[in-house]
Amino acid sequence: MKIYNILHTYPVEIFNQQADKFHERGKKMDLIDIIERQQLKESIPDLGPGDTVRIQIKVVEGGKERLQAFEGICISRNGNGVNEMFTLRKIASHGIGVERTFPIHSPRLANIEIKRRGDVRRAKLYYLRKRIGKAATRVKEKRFK
Amino acid sequence: MKGLLGKKLGMTSIFSPEGNRIPITVIQAGPCTVTDIRTENKNGYNAVQLGYEIAKKKRMKRTVEGKKKNVKRFKKPIKGQFDRFNIQPMEHLKEMRVASTEEYTPGQEIKVDIFKEGEKVDVIGTSIGKGFAGAMKRWNFGGGCSSHGSQVHRQPGSAGATDAARTFKGKKSPGHMGNKSSAALNLEVVKIIPDKNLILIKGAIPGSKQSLVFVRETVKRKMKKKHKIKGTAAVQKKATAAKGKKTIKKKIK
Repeated sequence: MKIYNILHTYPVEIFNQQADKFHERGKKMDLIDIIERQQLKESIPDLGPGDTVRIQIKVVEGGKERLQAFEGICISRNGNGVNEMFTLRKIASHGIGVERTFPIHSPRLANIEIKRRGDVRRAKLYYLRKRIGKAATRVKEKRFK
Repeated sequence: MKGLLGKKLGMTSIFSPEGNRIPITVIQAGPCTVTDIRTENKNGYNAVQLGYEIAKKKRMKRTVEGKKKNVKRFKKPIKGQFDRFNIQPMEHLKEMRVASTEEYTPGQEIKVDIFKEGEKVDVIGTSIGKGFAGAMKRWNFGGGCSSHGSQVHRQPGSAGATDAARTFKGKKSPGHMGNKSSAALNLEVVKIIPDKNLILIKGAIPGSKQSLVFVRETVKRKMKKKHKIKGTAAVQKKATAAKGKKTIKKKIK
């Protein structure tokens, strides 16, 4: 299986410089932006709707920390800054759909691995919720020329 | 009591060290200046007057010496009060009751570092104005049926009994909603950024962005574990004593 791990770096440094320039000019700095910037990860994976993603979440159980995996199709990505989220959907046993939403900048997300790129025309793949069986997980794979 | 005047900047969220996402409100509080002190001997109570933000200049229509001049907004008697302690006139003033005024001197600056992380505070602000609101929005009335030929949709219903022949005072009815003082009590201070005068508070507070708020030490009593245990023990004792009495009464019967 191909494993894509294309990372796009978040322009934290550029943002910092801009804020400083703003400050020099005597303009009002957006202080909320500054607080949010401190929470952001330096780089986040370039995942979008249709991609099959496997993530590992840090789970604390009885004082011990372990990694829990979750694999599914990314059906939506919304929000911005610290509040940016993505939703993964998988079909669990007995054909029951399971959806989990994660903040993309969460420190609990230990690992994000993009396993397959999907070729989709929509930003939100909510139509997958109505589908049953094989059709529920069928997303065309993106072909790179 | 300790408190500060500030501005609500807006809401966002931050991650705790454990990785939990906490909703926060960002308040730019202080630095406040002590503009006046009220003492028990002179005024009958102990209080501190806090000033926040240097008063803005306002262009007056009246010309002074043939030129339009920027004149400070404060009137002479109030300006005289500031001049007494050599303080610049402040935009917002608020009186705060204190146990003793010994710690305060006029002109003293108070900053956010009076609060600690993890402390509980109250935030008092002015709620967002909703204008003239109906009974459903203002008092959470149920309203009528939306269909089935009902002609009563969002009406408040009866205003009282025919027997009384009048409507009682305090009847909940449509009217102006919001734009009045509102307090959010017992909120947790998540983080303090002293160099930018910021307080991050868990949860929401009343008012719109850029509105004036007053942050103070909470008036709610702290719940201690010791008290809880003591309390329950006392209750248990009472209960056992009451049981004993009952059994005695039964025996007498």
